[in-house]
Amino acid sequence: MINYIIRRLLGIIPLLLGITIISFAIIHLAPGKPVTLQQSLNPKVSLEVRARLERLYGLDKPLHLQYINWLKRLVRLDFGRSFSDDRLVLDKILERLPVTLIINISALIFIFIVAIPIGVKSAVNPDGLFDKVMTIVVFIGFALPTFWLALLLMNLLGIKLGWLPISGIKSLDFEYFSLGQKILDLARHLVLPVFVSGLGGLAGISRYMRSSMIEALNQPYISTARAKGLPKRQVVYKHALRNAILPIVTIMGLSIPGLLGGSVIFESIFALPGIGRLFYEAVMMRDYPLIMAEVVLGAVLVMLGNLIADISYAYVDPRIRYKK
Amino acid sequence: MFFRLKLPIFWVAFLFLGAFVLSFAQDYGDAIVSGSIADARTLVPILASDSASADICGVVFNGLVKYDKDINLAPDLAESWEIKEDGLVIIFHLKKNVLWHDGHPFTSHDVEFTYKKLIDPNVKTPYSGDFERIKSLEVLDDYTIKITYKEPFAPALSSWGMPIIPKHLLEKEDLNNTKFTRHPIGTGPYKFKSWKTQEKIELVSNHNYFEKRPYIDRCIYRIIPDESTIFLELQTQGLDSAGLSPLQFIRQTDSEFFKKYYRKFILTSFGYTYLGYNLNDPKFKDKRVRQALNYAVDKQEIINMVLLGLGKVATGPFMPESWGYNKEVIPVDFNPQKARELLKEAGWQDSNHDGWLDRRGENFEFTILVNQGNEERLKVAQIIQRRLNDVGIRVKIKVLEWSVFLTEFIDKKNFEAVLLGWSLGRDPDNYDIWHSSKTKEGEFNFIGYKNDEVDRLLVEARRIFDQEKRKAYYQRIHSIIYDEQPYMFLYIPDILSILHSRFQGIKPAPIGISYNFIDWWVPRGQQRYTRMTDR
Repeated sequence: MINYIIRRLLGIIPLLLGITIISFAIIHLAPGKPVTLQQSLNPKVSLEVRARLERLYGLDKPLHLQYINWLKRLVRLDFGRSFSDDRLVLDKILERLPVTLIINISALIFIFIVAIPIGVKSAVNPDGLFDKVMTIVVFIGFALPTFWLALLLMNLLGIKLGWLPISGIKSLDFEYFSLGQKILDLARHLVLPVFVSGLGGLAGISRYMRSSMIEALNQPYISTARAKGLPKRQVVYKHALRNAILPIVTIMGLSIPGLLGGSVIFESIFALPGIGRLFYEAVMMRDYPLIMAEVVLGAVLVMLGNLIADISYAYVDPRIRYKK
Repeated sequence: MFFRLKLPIFWVAFLFLGAFVLSFAQDYGDAIVSGSIADARTLVPILASDSASADICGVVFNGLVKYDKDINLAPDLAESWEIKEDGLVIIFHLKKNVLWHDGHPFTSHDVEFTYKKLIDPNVKTPYSGDFERIKSLEVLDDYTIKITYKEPFAPALSSWGMPIIPKHLLEKEDLNNTKFTRHPIGTGPYKFKSWKTQEKIELVSNHNYFEKRPYIDRCIYRIIPDESTIFLELQTQGLDSAGLSPLQFIRQTDSEFFKKYYRKFILTSFGYTYLGYNLNDPKFKDKRVRQALNYAVDKQEIINMVLLGLGKVATGPFMPESWGYNKEVIPVDFNPQKARELLKEAGWQDSNHDGWLDRRGENFEFTILVNQGNEERLKVAQIIQRRLNDVGIRVKIKVLEWSVFLTEFIDKKNFEAVLLGWSLGRDPDNYDIWHSSKTKEGEFNFIGYKNDEVDRLLVEARRIFDQEKRKAYYQRIHSIIYDEQPYMFLYIPDILSILHSRFQGIKPAPIGISYNFIDWWVPRGQQRYTRMTDR
């Protein structure tokens, strides 16, 4: 097992190299240059000034040299400085990461807490009333545009009823709150974003759960358990669910990279200082160091996520373990 | 007897008078919360090129001069100045009682330091242009500076509105990456307190500000990237100040709630939107064609449809409030008939009766480029398209992402017509846009305009300091350019602001409403942010 893990981890390195080379090339293929966005069409900024800035950013060197310089710094975990404000890319990402993580993890928990029971109950009485109603509800949640729903809920819960704050992650006088008040304040700000972002995911997970559960319930050993006279709860939760949940574990592993993605639209509407907007703006501004950092982050996470999914699947499903 | 009777009356009268006077006294306290779509990038003022950073630097720092409520240059850190030798030399006399936010005194050495950094090739500042025209800058004493220019340069005075940075804090730092960019120290009415990236920036009032202590204790900038969200926040009084779209201004802010809690202001912006023609394209070389296009489009219609009436027709490269503006330039009426006549004179007519004008076998068609993300300009382009179709010209519209627009199309002069806008400085000098030498890649005369008289006027006007004399030059430029129509000048949009009604002391003036920001105040009973104690 350990060997397997080590082999997989080592395999990440060449993959990463390939991914970064291709991404670097593609990003630079896009027309437009970073410095232009900062001050073009500003009549006070002359041509000489822009040429000077280009030199300072190292953008006048040939492409492969730029890549190698970047790679050399990457090895020392130096992601470079952002073109837009010269701050360390690492700082900028770490600053925004917690918010995105909290929301995505909470949304993930929300989805699993809600979707799994829905899937299970639907599977126990397939095509029954509960199943039909839940299917409709869940697909509506999937189909609704999140930004529209967000605005509607902000209007209803924020303005008309005044129960929740509209945007942001903290209240203005957050610093003056006690610890308990601070936690409450954060929670209140997170309710809407977590709910809206989780709503779309409910459909997928609950359907997977449902079909997996139906398949499990049709297995011979379930008939045996029923014949033995076991109570329904034991049959469903102890025997069927444990087997049915295996694919969900895989999905969880594959969701890990998604944890660090943020939706730009979503974060803009709720004024959340998260990663999604950071990267979108980086692309728009051709902020190459920041974009490359995202590529590396995303690639590493996808590969790690796959690895974790594979390992946990092997762990959870003894059949896989013993086959090896 | 008489004496005893008079005394109580005297005291009563005094008390009444006192109460009467006190009721006009302004209260200190409260905070103003503004909504901003973008976060600031850097708070080192000479590096800041985006408006969010510039807004904050504007209250944390001062320049030597500033513009007063009538858009005239007024003293800021400099209490007076002299212009000598016909403009080759400017001597600034600085105020003596100014302190940096850390208590250190402000002196001419700070000005010298700022200048050195502005022309330093290793500093990533976009503003060096104006300062490279300086031959030498001498510190005569702690409060006097003598600046000698290579040539008389009238916009120089205005360029000294540039915020001054502190030498004692920055002389050992690399300006491009110093902690100062996230924690500035200036001389201005507000001091920096904190910056939570993409969330908010907080400033507190400077009790030792050299003019006077501002009444509002705090400025908070909340970063909310979505306009709909900003509007929702207004509806819960979560924001005190924001910009509005024409639709929001006219139709959505007239409820009881808004009437009670907010006031709206219409201010004119210092910039205009235009349709620029590539003057090297044979279609647009003939002045009559450009004039015809001007007759063919109804600018007022555009203002009514797109801006819901909240704008003015632009008549040329100057703002009505600017002293360079020529009131005698009257925009032409909407006259499609005259347009057709002029086009016919220039050789364009519909000879094959297919509905489109043609000349030597070629139809008159061109593409307007618009940048992505600007709904307003897209609508304007569509109206222009319709009106030009009516006179037989086929117009296509292409939407491009901003960066691509600039590098592939504008810089390479690879366009027929572009729909863009200029945001202007207050000094009327617009040499960089109209002089025929400014046509290199990346420069601003990308349409290729060349007029010898305008060139000469631009060069000379820059050397004249006397505003009365200088005025005549710009007014002549105004009328030549409008006649030649290198752009179709479209409109000057209004700036639509909304401000919470509890703020007193707002006095709209030609320059806007923020010029007396330190005089704004909130009566104690109406203050909303009292939990945040000042200090």
